[in-house]
Amino acid sequence: MLELRGVSRHFGGVKAVERLDLNVAEGEIFGLIGPNGSGKSTTVNVIAGLFEASGGQILFKGGNLDGLPTHRRLQLGIARTFQNIRLFGQLTVWQNLWVAQNAPEDRARRGFLSRWLGGRGGARAEMAGLLEFSGLAHKRDELAANLAFGEQRRLELARALAAKPKLLLLDEPAAGMNSEEIGQLRDRILKLRAQGMTVLLIEHVMELVMGVTDRIAVLNFGQKIAEGTPREIQNDPGVRKAYLGGA
Amino acid sequence: MDFYYGLAQTVGVHTLLGLSAYIVLLTGQVTLAQAGFFAIGAYTAGMLTVLAGWHLVPAIGAGALTGAATACAVGFPALRVKGLMLVVATLAFGEGVRLFFFNFDYQVAKGEIKVGPVGGEGFRQIRFFQENGWTTGEVMLFIWAFVILVMAALWWFDRSRYGAVLRAVGEDEVAAQSVGVNLTAVKVSAMTVGGAVAGIGGALYAHYTTHIEHANFNVLLATFAIAYPIVGGLSNVFGTLAAVIFVQAFLIEGLRDLGDWRNLLFGALIVLAMNLRPQGLFGGRRA
Repeated sequence: MLELRGVSRHFGGVKAVERLDLNVAEGEIFGLIGPNGSGKSTTVNVIAGLFEASGGQILFKGGNLDGLPTHRRLQLGIARTFQNIRLFGQLTVWQNLWVAQNAPEDRARRGFLSRWLGGRGGARAEMAGLLEFSGLAHKRDELAANLAFGEQRRLELARALAAKPKLLLLDEPAAGMNSEEIGQLRDRILKLRAQGMTVLLIEHVMELVMGVTDRIAVLNFGQKIAEGTPREIQNDPGVRKAYLGGA
Repeated sequence: MDFYYGLAQTVGVHTLLGLSAYIVLLTGQVTLAQAGFFAIGAYTAGMLTVLAGWHLVPAIGAGALTGAATACAVGFPALRVKGLMLVVATLAFGEGVRLFFFNFDYQVAKGEIKVGPVGGEGFRQIRFFQENGWTTGEVMLFIWAFVILVMAALWWFDRSRYGAVLRAVGEDEVAAQSVGVNLTAVKVSAMTVGGAVAGIGGALYAHYTTHIEHANFNVLLATFAIAYPIVGGLSNVFGTLAAVIFVQAFLIEGLRDLGDWRNLLFGALIVLAMNLRPQGLFGGRRA
């Protein structure tokens, strides 16, 4: 589904990501972990198109993403959340979802004719479904900025889903959550997988990563140092060294 | 009574000017180009009624179109830059338009006199209303018909999905493009709609003053244009209207005794508004 071939991203002399190969299969939950500054968020930004890759190729469903702007990549089916929540604070909860309905079928539905043939009702029903899924139905008309932290995280996930993605890039979705909220997030991710969603999950919270992922890649200083199932990763001496330090 | 009609005309035209900046400001772009589009609308419509003998209504339509077309053309290069650089780029455009009309001569003989724009002397005798015997009151109502029409259209537009998209871009461009919004398309179309609204305002302005010249469309006018939605807030179009009434009727006419000191007040007002109520004097409470 998603394939990175030797992808690099340099900032001046800093090699944030260096010759990274990744292969995420359809329907898989793929974890990307690593210490702070190891290049995880940069990888997400390069896949989403916020940064252009300095080298290498990114393929999505067999097509090359090279040079495509972010909004085009979203329309192909790649949606994301942000490590530091970036909602539209002055829009209401449902407007945040409304703005994000940019899947090709939604764009077609906004055509003049189809709008009168029930397209609008369809968009509303989908938003209601997403609010239900995220436990935000009662906050529908609240400004996003007034939501509690956990609710904002949930809304950001719902907003990414509003574009009907095939691949979801989650950049530390559990950061700042308590363990009850992490449990709910895990349930949601598993529900999405049951519906056939592919997920690239970047996370520090091992409780979540080890519980939901099928495979994990570990980054350190922009390079992949290990890849395997959660169990293999947990027992990998190189990974332990990267995380715990030492010679 | 004529004084109040005249004031209502000014308020109406300035409301259109402020609304043209309001649309662009929703996307987070501060533009000083609106006086330029206003000037283009004014000259286009004036030349069409005076030189080509058009009726005013289609001439206003043409003013809106030329304003929109110019705004669209300016939007593509200008909106590549943001913040202060955009302010400088649009300021340069506005001054460019002014200097163009400063040098623009196009006169045609009409009976014994020659009519049309004459560079620095300006464009006199835009007398559509007088030639057709309109009273000041009728002119005022005519202008307000357009103001109400534009305000209603923008009100609806603001509440549509498109309005939410504009505000989303204004709040966070990175997030907006990440949810699939095409930033260039959104910003350029906001600029284009703004150009059309400014063009309508300019067309009306040219006909009620009957005499326009380059100096009418200077940086001060551009500053007014952007100040109205800033002072009025971005909650809805009525904030801009309230700001125009406040500035034109109270600050400029109401305090006429203060003479040129009023300009100082105007500056102080903007500084105060930005510091005390960044959401605008009449804006809703923001979280």
